[in-house]
Amino acid sequence: MMNAEPDNPHDPDLHDLDQSFAQLEQEARQAAASLNSPEAVENFRLEWLGRKQGRLKRLSDAWLKSAPVESKKQLGQRFNALKTVVESLLEEAASSGPSDAVLASEALDVTLPGTRRLLGAEHPITRTMNEVVGIFASLGYSVGVGPEVETDYYNFESMNFPPGHPARDTQDTLVIANQERRSLRERLLLRTHTSPVQMRTMEQQPPPLRIVIPGKVHRNDAADATHSPVFHQVEGLCVDTNITFSDLKGTLDYAMKALFGSSVKTRFFPSFFPFTEPSADVQISCIFCAGKGCRKCKQSGWIELLGCGMVDPAVFAFAAEKQPAYDPKKISGFAFGMGVERIAMMKYGVSDIGQFYSGDMRFLEQFA
Amino acid sequence: MNILSTWLRALLPDLPASVDDHQLAEDLTLRGIAVEGVIDLGLGNGHLFEMDITTNRVDAMNHFGVAREAAAIYEVPLKALLAPLPEAHAAATPFAVSIEAKDACGRFTARVLRGVSIGATSAASGPISAQVARYFSLLEQKQISNAVDATNFAWLAMGQPTHAFDLDKIEGGIVVRRARKGEKLKTLDGIERVLDPEDLIVADQAKPLGLAGVMGGWDTMITPSTTNVLVEAAWFDPVAVRRTARRHGLHTDASHRFERGADFNAAPLASALVSAMILETGGIIEGELVDVTVPAVEQRTATRSVLRLAFSEVHRLLGTTVNPEGISAETVETVLRALGCQLSASDSGAAPSWQVALPSWRLDLEREIDLIEEVARVYGYNRFANTLPAFAGAVVELPQASAESSVRGTLLASGFHEAISSTFTSAVDAALCAPQPGLIVPLGNPLSEEAGVMRPSLVPGMIAMIAGNLHRDVGDVRLFELGAVFSGSTEKVDQRPALSIGATGSLPQTGPHQRSRAFDFYDLKGVVEQILTRFRAKSVYFDSFPAATGLTPEWLHPYRAARIVVEGVTTGWLGQLHPSLAEQRKIGERKTGSAIFVAELYVDRLFSLPLSLPAVREISRLHPVRRDFSLIVPESVRWADLDSALANLALSGVSELVDWRVREVLRNADSNAEKASSETAGEDYSMLVGVTFQAPDHTLRDEEIQVLWQRVVDALATTGARLRG
Repeated sequence: MMNAEPDNPHDPDLHDLDQSFAQLEQEARQAAASLNSPEAVENFRLEWLGRKQGRLKRLSDAWLKSAPVESKKQLGQRFNALKTVVESLLEEAASSGPSDAVLASEALDVTLPGTRRLLGAEHPITRTMNEVVGIFASLGYSVGVGPEVETDYYNFESMNFPPGHPARDTQDTLVIANQERRSLRERLLLRTHTSPVQMRTMEQQPPPLRIVIPGKVHRNDAADATHSPVFHQVEGLCVDTNITFSDLKGTLDYAMKALFGSSVKTRFFPSFFPFTEPSADVQISCIFCAGKGCRKCKQSGWIELLGCGMVDPAVFAFAAEKQPAYDPKKISGFAFGMGVERIAMMKYGVSDIGQFYSGDMRFLEQFA
Repeated sequence: MNILSTWLRALLPDLPASVDDHQLAEDLTLRGIAVEGVIDLGLGNGHLFEMDITTNRVDAMNHFGVAREAAAIYEVPLKALLAPLPEAHAAATPFAVSIEAKDACGRFTARVLRGVSIGATSAASGPISAQVARYFSLLEQKQISNAVDATNFAWLAMGQPTHAFDLDKIEGGIVVRRARKGEKLKTLDGIERVLDPEDLIVADQAKPLGLAGVMGGWDTMITPSTTNVLVEAAWFDPVAVRRTARRHGLHTDASHRFERGADFNAAPLASALVSAMILETGGIIEGELVDVTVPAVEQRTATRSVLRLAFSEVHRLLGTTVNPEGISAETVETVLRALGCQLSASDSGAAPSWQVALPSWRLDLEREIDLIEEVARVYGYNRFANTLPAFAGAVVELPQASAESSVRGTLLASGFHEAISSTFTSAVDAALCAPQPGLIVPLGNPLSEEAGVMRPSLVPGMIAMIAGNLHRDVGDVRLFELGAVFSGSTEKVDQRPALSIGATGSLPQTGPHQRSRAFDFYDLKGVVEQILTRFRAKSVYFDSFPAATGLTPEWLHPYRAARIVVEGVTTGWLGQLHPSLAEQRKIGERKTGSAIFVAELYVDRLFSLPLSLPAVREISRLHPVRRDFSLIVPESVRWADLDSALANLALSGVSELVDWRVREVLRNADSNAEKASSETAGEDYSMLVGVTFQAPDHTLRDEEIQVLWQRVVDALATTGARLRG
């Protein structure tokens, strides 16, 4: 119903004209106030501003176009003012968003689980190895690596294993086929420790030297809960003038605290390795019972974790064949090695070493 | 090996009472004489120590040896082992002993006992027998007869192997020599052995009597009717004994000791201990001890040359102690003397040094550093301070470290778990998966047939791990492995890094908010593509070969396999696992409901490329125009053809063509085939390609877009694709 529109558009009475436009504006304001959905807003837009049937369009067609020239200005001003108001009402309604009722209809069960994008897990061995390597990197150690298939020279001879040492036996070491005819030092085998990388690095680089060597090693061991023919070690080597046994102790004490927490204590006791002298085994205070004694540490309060020692002068003598600076009278050094699986098993509570090599999703996803 | 604390205390009369057995065990352990277990033997019986002594310290694998260590630790005197022997009766002629194998036998002592009576050891027999009876019962060592118990006693007391022969079974004197070809010997274990000419034996004039240092012979063993005994105590060469023992598959207490080096000077005392105990039940000694030595061997063992030890070296290598007084020259002297060294100071003053004569039982001491270790060991490792050495060098990363971690990071972010599989595989799997089947490296002593060769590829390990999961009913698998693969010959083995990726099951894993779908070829290809974008390569493409060419690896589905080519070099393969292979492994699609997808990348070729560096391009403020082209494409035309047609168009001067991508591919066989309209005949399929146009300097006008649209249609038409009508 357009009863608010003046009967006679040509009435010169401006007062009437103003009243008519005020009424229209009033109407638009009332309609805009009750807009509560995007549909209602759209209907409002069509009703007032629709290009074909909108009220303003009709108003313009009915009054403005047919108005005599002298009243066009008066009409046009009022018409534009109304249009501006309607447009601003529309903009306001469109930007004010949906009503609470609308929002309520969109309610979600927030207790349902979120959609997780599956993240892959770094292998616990990689993770542990990187952690150890990172600790030594912060002490100035560079990373070194070497081949998994080694010669007897690097794996045994240059590491001061005498000929006929039991470790050289095929019961302990996996060997490449058809080596019998080669000279002993050229024979190929699967490295049994990461120590050959010590020699390879020293041959390449004069002292001072600090390297940490993560890697895979192999032994001719039947698999059980704590043994695997494939396992990993992190080896370290530090050579300089005036490197002492107390430096070795301090370095490993620092590393164990960094790895297992600052309350961990270390203790060293004599051991025997062909490539170090003096040699030591290192125990840490049990991380499960804080040294009080539990099943994990066999009630001793201590857990044996790594082997180490001062580099044997015989090893330096082998290195000096290519790098004369490794003169055991002038320099000294220490080396250490630890089993990555053992540390990972302890840190993460893994009871069977075989799980590391199973590729079992149920095991691996726990490290994500 | 087990040690009795009571026996130790008998040898250490001045050991302070404040040192209880547990303290003793701990102090020994911290000095390298490891006590693994301490077992209470009941009131008055002390404790049994279960020892774990490193092989270099064979001298400490007996009661006297352990007591000597304790004496050094506590600085108390060590009681000598005593074996009072009766006066010997004169012999008409001394018993004849000769050493022919002078390289392998350094000393041989023989003592003749006559008129002995062989029987059970009893406490009533005499003081040694009484002690033996008590120690043996605590050690749960079976008592056999006084002769056997006597040799066991000498073994437990001082770690010196000895042997008692029935003298009447010996013809003529003793000869230590190498066996002759074809000679036979029945050893004490009752086994008749054919001897090797390399075997070191103790023989008489007529026959072999025993494997020297390993095991005695059956025919000359002591029996209850034995009345005359010959007691042997000798020094045999480690290598000779090891070879003989290994040839015969024997490992005895005696061989264990001789292989690791016995004490050259121990033979006379051990002989006396054994003889004294046998004589407690009667009998006499005939003649003096026959003691034949080889001077050359004595010189390299008992009387080897002295070592020089400089005090400055002790400090240079050991460093700082907790106690500021640290290790004094007096500490060095006290420790080494207690261990049996003889020291003479070679000069005095601020930097003393010593000439050190070495004890005959410590063949492991050969160099100055060995003496420094002894000082540190007995002083106590835990009395050294914890110091950190200064360092001024730079930390160098491995050249490939960042490439590897970039690849690993991409895979982790894509939801793949890292796995590690065996380094070995079977010859069959190696032949199936090796990029170069002729270069497989076999092991000489494989753990099993399934692990007979070095893996030439990570694929067998990946298949095994996927199968393992499927067999455990884990249906969604996403794994990758970064590891070494091996090729070459048994002369030279090449090691290279490789990457395998494996997946099967649904994507994403089922949840309440999203429908899951099967992991497919393009999911795997997408991961591979993302890895490749980490590297700055001049070109990357994927292609495939007709099955007949035999160029596709056998483990892949011949029609769902792609070769990965980076800068013109084959860098890996990806695709669906060959359905026959899957069936064979009992992980076929019929059984599991999912196809398996595997990729292998020869990442050494990627790692040689620089990592890609983000290079930011100007983002235009002008609006791009997107247009979709709905195409009918002949079956023989692949996306790569359309892709390169558009690439050529862009390169040939149509710079407004800034992006194009395939949005949808529909085949008649697809489930939503209604979209693939009737216009696609049997040999055609539909494709929707989205193209973006943008001019660098202005917003494109409609008529310009019309022209560009037509050029795209024309370019696509060269491939045989046409616009849907």
